[in-house]
Amino acid sequence: MKKIITACLLLLNISFANAQNADALIKKVKAKLEQVNDYVAEAKMKTDVAFIKAPIGKVKVYYKKPNRLKIVKDKGISILPKGGISMNTSSILGMANCTTIDAGEAVVSGIKTKVIKLLPTDDNSEIIITTLYIDEANSLIKKSATTTRENGSFEMEMFYNTYANLGLPDKMIFSFNVKDYKMPKGVTLDFDDDMKPEEKAKLKHKKGKVEFTYTSYTINKGVADSMFK
Amino acid sequence: MYTLFKVELYKIFKRPRTYIAFAAMTALITIIQLGLKVDGKEYIEFVLGDLSNTLQVDGKLCNGYFVCFCILNLLLIHVPLLIALIAADMISGEANMGTLRLLLSKPITRTQFVVAKFLAATVYTLLLLVWIAFLALFVSIFIFGTDDIFLVKNNYAVQIASNDIMWRYLGAFFFAALAMVTVAAVAFFLSQFAENSIGPIVATMSIIIVFTIFSTMSIPLFNKIKPFMFTTHMVAWKEFFDVRVNADNESIAGSIQRPDKIINSALILIAHIVGLVSLSAYFLKKKDILS
Repeated sequence: MKKIITACLLLLNISFANAQNADALIKKVKAKLEQVNDYVAEAKMKTDVAFIKAPIGKVKVYYKKPNRLKIVKDKGISILPKGGISMNTSSILGMANCTTIDAGEAVVSGIKTKVIKLLPTDDNSEIIITTLYIDEANSLIKKSATTTRENGSFEMEMFYNTYANLGLPDKMIFSFNVKDYKMPKGVTLDFDDDMKPEEKAKLKHKKGKVEFTYTSYTINKGVADSMFK
Repeated sequence: MYTLFKVELYKIFKRPRTYIAFAAMTALITIIQLGLKVDGKEYIEFVLGDLSNTLQVDGKLCNGYFVCFCILNLLLIHVPLLIALIAADMISGEANMGTLRLLLSKPITRTQFVVAKFLAATVYTLLLLVWIAFLALFVSIFIFGTDDIFLVKNNYAVQIASNDIMWRYLGAFFFAALAMVTVAAVAFFLSQFAENSIGPIVATMSIIIVFTIFSTMSIPLFNKIKPFMFTTHMVAWKEFFDVRVNADNESIAGSIQRPDKIINSALILIAHIVGLVSLSAYFLKKKDILS
């Protein structure tokens, strides 16, 4: 009996220690991100959804603490996943009450990462669960997978270089689920539908992606609140 | 022949009925523009449909380019009636007034007579299209401004950058001109078989309506005869507003998804025009002019 109790205590102790390690790592990542109060980034945005033919556009990304983010296309129409892009790393890490779970390790883009799951304790939180893949050595979030209540599931993969010391990526790929697209002929007035079935099949059951390649950051120079209205 | 052509133009533009088409187009386009100015946002939501459940499409979607596309989509079905109104009257009108015999007694060949009359009808058709282009494109740009164009098709959506649109409209209007001249050729051809213009106008519209029904219904039996109908090819102007994508699914600026379709349709329409005008000349040469 004593042995069983000792084993249980040991296991509890190990999981408690792991959770503490995960919390400490999250704190380190947060501390890195908190160096940035605001930024204006210029980026190239590529929308890759199977049933959308769109050109690459130039965008400006405005960010202000704690988690305000706005993407403005310089010129033209922007196509973004509904509600998803506003879920940036700061808003995920900024969740007030959440439980962290150490979920082991994984390799992302050839880099060994620590897998940490974040579970909000608030019943009304938009985020249901987030899995973070953190490069422990550099305290950088390499990837995140989030499930939300209203906006489905999405993934963010980040690639760092110039601004790695501030936790700002040079490239971010945002992946999300899309529903199959079919528009009635009465709406499109396109009665001449000569698309082959195999071509139509290519447009279905695909994940959508929005890729941001950041060309410059203007950090901590102030961003007006009016930008986010 | 040039004198005859000028006389025919004079006759066309002297008749008040010629201006009905210009007035009707002005009224129709203004109504569409007014409707989109007031309720454009709702219309865009309707057009985007289910797409807006997954994606957020931001920007000035209801811009001048988009409005022009909507107008062309709706109006190019109705414009043939206005063209038939004049083209179907070219020979039958003369027969009705009793001036055909007089005209053909002049020192011109019947072929020259047919060509001059058809060229005059073509000028009218082109001027009507220029007027539509001015109202639908330039006035819409003035009212709604410009931005990228976002178009929904049956199986996919297309976004074209604003700096890649104008040449497409130029191509689309050239193609629409070809399509409308084909309608004029049909009406002109029918014109010589009647002694008043009502018959050819109604016959032209009936042909267009029946052919359009065949062209729009996806029934296997009809699909076999579709390629032979000029109405199937009249809508190929829309191909100017579809772009190719590269292996990374990035749209290629300045490209057209199916240029072969445009060329093929254009050649078929040109063949219709040449064929119908030649047949008109052939039948008129053989005709015993009694009126």
